[in-house]
Amino acid sequence: MSTDNLPDKAGPGITEHGMFGVTGSGDTSGFGGLVRRHAAIPSTERPYGGYFDEVSDALEAAYGDFGEAILAVVVDRGEITFHVAREHLLELCRTLRNDPALRFELCSSVSGVDYLGTPDRLHSVYHLTSMTYRRRIRLEVAVSAEDPHVPSVVAVYPTADWHERETYDMFGIVYDGHPGLTRILMPDDWDGFPQRKDYPLGGIPVEFKGAMIPPPDQRRAYK
Amino acid sequence: MSETYAGSRETTEGRVYTVTGGDWDELLAGDPLHDERIVLNLGPQHPSTHGVLRLVLELEGETVTSTRMVIGYLHTGIEKNTEFRNWTQGVTFLTRADYLAPIFTETAYCMGVEKLLGIEAPRRAQVIRTLLMEINRCSSHWVALATGGMELGALTGMTNGFRARERCLDMLELVTGLRMNHAFVRPGGLAQDLPENAPEAIAAWCDEMDEEASGLDKLLTGQPIWTRRLKDVGYIDTAGCLALGVTGPLLRATGLPWDMRRTEPYAIYPELDFEVPVRDECDSWARYVLRVAEIRESAKIVRQCLTLLEPGPVMVEDAKIGWPAQLSLGPDGMGNSLDYVGKIMGQSMEALIHHFKLVTEGFRVPAGQVYTAVESPRGELGAHVVSDGGTRPFRVHLREPSFVNLQCAPAVCEGGLVADVIAAVASIDPVMGGVDR
Amino acid sequence: MGLEEKLPSGFLLTSVEKLVNWSRKSSLWPATFGLACCAIEMMTFGAPRYDSARFGMEVFRASPRQADLMIVAGRVSQKMAPVLRQIYDQMPEPKWVLAMGVCASSGGMFNNYAIVQGVDHVVPVDMYLPGCPPRPEMLIDAVLKLHYKIMHEPLGPKRAKQLEGQKLELLPSSVRYAK
Repeated sequence: MSTDNLPDKAGPGITEHGMFGVTGSGDTSGFGGLVRRHAAIPSTERPYGGYFDEVSDALEAAYGDFGEAILAVVVDRGEITFHVAREHLLELCRTLRNDPALRFELCSSVSGVDYLGTPDRLHSVYHLTSMTYRRRIRLEVAVSAEDPHVPSVVAVYPTADWHERETYDMFGIVYDGHPGLTRILMPDDWDGFPQRKDYPLGGIPVEFKGAMIPPPDQRRAYK
Repeated sequence: MSETYAGSRETTEGRVYTVTGGDWDELLAGDPLHDERIVLNLGPQHPSTHGVLRLVLELEGETVTSTRMVIGYLHTGIEKNTEFRNWTQGVTFLTRADYLAPIFTETAYCMGVEKLLGIEAPRRAQVIRTLLMEINRCSSHWVALATGGMELGALTGMTNGFRARERCLDMLELVTGLRMNHAFVRPGGLAQDLPENAPEAIAAWCDEMDEEASGLDKLLTGQPIWTRRLKDVGYIDTAGCLALGVTGPLLRATGLPWDMRRTEPYAIYPELDFEVPVRDECDSWARYVLRVAEIRESAKIVRQCLTLLEPGPVMVEDAKIGWPAQLSLGPDGMGNSLDYVGKIMGQSMEALIHHFKLVTEGFRVPAGQVYTAVESPRGELGAHVVSDGGTRPFRVHLREPSFVNLQCAPAVCEGGLVADVIAAVASIDPVMGGVDR
Repeated sequence: MGLEEKLPSGFLLTSVEKLVNWSRKSSLWPATFGLACCAIEMMTFGAPRYDSARFGMEVFRASPRQADLMIVAGRVSQKMAPVLRQIYDQMPEPKWVLAMGVCASSGGMFNNYAIVQGVDHVVPVDMYLPGCPPRPEMLIDAVLKLHYKIMHEPLGPKRAKQLEGQKLELLPSSVRYAK
């Protein structure tokens, strides 16, 4: 089965193997050997529409290294995502917060997403809200599991304190410069990072009406 | 002041200490409370910490010098669980995160999924969603006021608050079938339509809520003990709130009228006429008054929603997404209506196929990520939903207001007295299910 | 449990048994161990509509040392399990445990890494109450069944005979710590 016609992996595309959720079993359906590679949503061309152009221009004007810092801009479903290089993250956040044309005062959330199968699988996602202009943007920083260091934005947005601890606890992204990066949700001596995709869900088989039902991550199901 | 430790010098025999007596007034010249530093653990099992929250307080006498919070005692892995279930089944998990305001979590998630799908729930579904959200806001505020009262000693406030909450839960049970953790709001609309007697019952409920709010006002608002325990306690101003990401009644108590229902309206809020209560004392008293005012405003909104109800579908028409089952009450309880079973088995092959695919596989959501937010009773409740094009959520993250608001607890407690810690944390109103997820 | 050693035998024992059991069940004081959603339903059980005071249970003792009944209401996470055990150990005999809700009974819908799959992995349970969350009426039913159970508990030599040969060790909490 030739895989030449599949789209290239540009950014966080995801590869799926098999149609059903069980591997290594005697599945003769033929769907088990299926390889589906989803292309990443490519960087959007200008003009973006809405207030996104204004925000992008203001950011380019305010932040000198815009070209180096911003790796991609994706406008999808009415939301704009800036993919940021990690070295520039802190200064970029400071600019976003302080610049009068941007004024993103509130950091709504810092969370993680694990795109297992891509080279920089751990993404740290920042949602910023501007109360002055009633706008929202998203910043995304991608790091690999071997070198999961991202600068902490606690100096700019103190609210990120617990958010970053949670993302560290769940994904293992280490935030450099965080005042106290420890586990927050799991017990302090827990091994592993639970919300990573290669960490099992960890259930036990359940006996129900005479049958043993395996835990959810081992059941046969559609993907 | 003389040295606390004896002087010493090195000699050929080793170190020699010279111990001399001193005068008592010299010895006690320092802070007598210096040695009274206690570390107090308000452990996870405590009647007044709003659930399984652990506070480690360092006290100097009665004053709190430092507060450390330990959370995670209720971490359930809800977010990871949703990655192994359908998009529709995800609702049943997320609803149990913030268990006092489940409709809000469900709605935020469903709005996110609908945004990814590019569909909109039908008009009637939006109206009923708004209605249920406001009833839920009332019930959540009643719990906040009741447990706040209990923690501060106003036990009648607790009994009254829970009695009022029972009326809210009666309404929710009438519409959704369950008192809590409803799993009623589904991507595409709602699970079922309103029963026939619901609009009358809810109209009567609105009047009751006004009465109950007045009753609580009469009981607590003028009460000198209540006033003195809450005024100037748990102070945090706008800059502090914004730095710590705090939203909801805490932010509105600082004078900033930030309410997502007004600033980024969703559902049918643009058509509704209601006030956003705001105060500017920044203390627990302001938050208490705000919550009572919000209960009244919610009753007002529910009355308006009842007038805006028009007949129509409650689930999106697209057969590839809309949940297919039509439920009805039969002799053995609620289940699939026999008409519907007759239709899919006898008349429409397409309907049967849709039903089968939706119930076993679920619908597919195109790849992408969105962030949708609603104004829950505690603040901005956001759902960051990521899809990889499959039948299951790739990642759902809840931006829970309790989680973020609880970060300000050290800021509001430190420097105050121990008793004020309880009042301050009660006014922050954290729900540990939301904090730990 | 000094009472049991000083008990008479025969019909006097039956009367004493009845009296003791009746007094134990009539004022069963719960320890507050509300964790999650079930805790709210437990609070409504104490609230005016589903009054627990009529069963003598309105005083939810904050201190486990003054409580008889531990209603484990809600999902017990891995971090909370040692705390649960510690509270249970602090309770003086006689004590009973009511696992309220499916999460306490068996882990509920959360069959994953973070939740203990049933508090009977940590403490011995006398009454399991399913539901997610169970209605307060269901909790009342469970409490009344527990009252029945307490009312019919044997004391003295009858108790020793009933417990004879019974394995009283707990299940190990996890595979890692099972010996």
